[in-house]
Amino acid sequence: MTRTTVSTTKAPTTANPGMAPAARRGTVVEFSGVSRQFGEHRALAGFDLTLHAGELVALLGPSGSGKTTALRALAGLESADAGTILIDGVDVSTLPTSRRDMGMVFQSYSLFPHLTAGENVEFGLRMRGVVGRDRRRRAADALALVGLDAHYDRFAHQLSGGQQQRVALARALVTEPRVLLLDEPLSALDAKVRVGLREEIRRIQTDLGITTLFVTHDQDEALAVADRVAVMRDGRIEQVGTPEDLYCRPASPFIADFVGLSNQLAGLVRHGFAEVYGAKLPLVDPSQGDGAVLVAVRPEDLELAGDGPDGVGPTGVVVATSFHGSLRRTRVRLGDGVVVSVQHGVQVRTVPGERIRLRFCGTPVSVDAVGIPGQRVMHGGEYGNA
Amino acid sequence: MTAAQETRSPVLHGTRPGPVAPGGVAHAPSRAARAAILGTIGLLFLLPIVAMVEFTLRKGLGGGYDASRWVALAQDGLTGQYRQVLVALGNSVALAVGTVLIVLLLLVPTLLLVHIRFPRLRRVLEFVCILPISIPAIVLVVGLAPVYSLLSRLAGSGVWTLAFAYGITVLPYAYRAIQANLDGVDVRTLSEAARTLGAGWGSVLFRVLVPNLRRGILAAAFIAVAVVLGEFTIASLLSRVNLQTALVVVSKSDPYTAVILSLLALIFAFLLLLLIGRLGAERTRPRRRRPIGGQP
Repeated sequence: MTRTTVSTTKAPTTANPGMAPAARRGTVVEFSGVSRQFGEHRALAGFDLTLHAGELVALLGPSGSGKTTALRALAGLESADAGTILIDGVDVSTLPTSRRDMGMVFQSYSLFPHLTAGENVEFGLRMRGVVGRDRRRRAADALALVGLDAHYDRFAHQLSGGQQQRVALARALVTEPRVLLLDEPLSALDAKVRVGLREEIRRIQTDLGITTLFVTHDQDEALAVADRVAVMRDGRIEQVGTPEDLYCRPASPFIADFVGLSNQLAGLVRHGFAEVYGAKLPLVDPSQGDGAVLVAVRPEDLELAGDGPDGVGPTGVVVATSFHGSLRRTRVRLGDGVVVSVQHGVQVRTVPGERIRLRFCGTPVSVDAVGIPGQRVMHGGEYGNA
Repeated sequence: MTAAQETRSPVLHGTRPGPVAPGGVAHAPSRAARAAILGTIGLLFLLPIVAMVEFTLRKGLGGGYDASRWVALAQDGLTGQYRQVLVALGNSVALAVGTVLIVLLLLVPTLLLVHIRFPRLRRVLEFVCILPISIPAIVLVVGLAPVYSLLSRLAGSGVWTLAFAYGITVLPYAYRAIQANLDGVDVRTLSEAARTLGAGWGSVLFRVLVPNLRRGILAAAFIAVAVVLGEFTIASLLSRVNLQTALVVVSKSDPYTAVILSLLALIFAFLLLLLIGRLGAERTRPRRRRPIGGQP
């Protein structure tokens, strides 16, 4: 296996010229039937996932879905009750953390406070017996990779949160680990720094071609950086696929709810179509059997159609409208009391109390035949943090 | 976005939220108030020491002052009739070292183990560690007497055996000092970070955790040394010789010299604590200059 040396002499804002292109590298990681119980709570229930070489997979899920437990099991910080974890085909389930050769960035700031940034990065090399000049040179190179080579002698308390996480990233990468584990590394940062750093993580990951597991509860983050996203629920994978798959072809209303915004509307499946408010919508999964279902319709799959008497689609009264920069979202209470969210252009203005008609765009929808507890508009944020 | 564009932490800029007095912490007392508080406390501590000095300089019933007793003690040194005090001082220092070692070797790993692996046991450990503070020394000795009689048969009755009893006496104070430090450090994350970087438990302990618990460990060591150097009851009741018991013996024959020796013991303890403080001072600067090939 060819290893990429974390080495650079240039600023980090462009792909590093000192590094080899992202040909293969990285290792294959396979979770197979991994289970973990904490008292009454089953954190992992037969968890299966494969990370291909050089791939960045985001584990996304609501609080308590088991995503952090899965990552910690791979790191060796939690032991699995059952199942195996293979790295390049070798079972590492019983290997201690210190011998798994992982790089990990934690949610909380985890720099050693008594060491400078450079010494923090040197730590992993020191543990591997790398001596003197070589160790310092490699630590300086790793800091240059994250744009902090000028901060070698700063202590953690002299760095901002974003800088601390950059140093933590350099520290995790300097040992050229087989797998990079990111446990919500951006959640403690403010929005702007978060976006900048996530792009940088993606750039470095792509440059190095290191297999990466990225745990997050932020759907935007997961969709923006991952090659594939695995959505977890109750200790299992609910759906795994590319960000486009998850957003455009959610396997269930839960996924539609969790990834993006969706209206959950009562409907009926008949002859391979979902019928809701008189509209016939194609199904993401045409094999769905006939019967009453919950239909997930995204706000951008609805449009305002004016309130003409001859129009098609449900009518309702505007409850509220909100401005989101490049778009507006309007909440409309339909005749049967259900409130739906509609996304439209900023040039279209609605006012509360205005009567309007909605129209379905005809985009394929996902449905859930399991119970209809009530219609509502939900989005990922309602599930809170993991 | 580059690292340079990010906002620095408040610490770096020296600002904190809320009203801040110029050059100080929010709501900190003024310089004059601080001087008054420190001056008052200093006077309270100084008064008995000045009284002791005054007592040692008295000529006798006739009145007047001279330094004859200090001179005599300096000329004879501690080799004559007061040699026993020197031996006792050595005993006390050895006991202080022993007690500090017991505290550090037993308490620190136990606290870390409970903190990282068995957090549910924390309340139990706290109760056990705080318990000795509620037990009077005399009761402790009554309980320890049979243990020491057994210990004497097994390992002799050397004065060093007192370190075990002192370890128990010091436990509540040492526990609080170290626990307070532990609460301020994310020990779990730091140890996990070190382990993912390839560190075994030994490296985690000595390269990561102990340096970050330096302040608490130092405070525990301070307290242990101070308690041991001032301990009388247990040593006296268990018939062992330490500094305090030796001073009492001297005071029965020559109270002036006993007070001089007490003063010297105070100075010695002060210097010892100063030395421990210097040895354990925190790092505020990098160990060495820029790395090879690093940017200026």
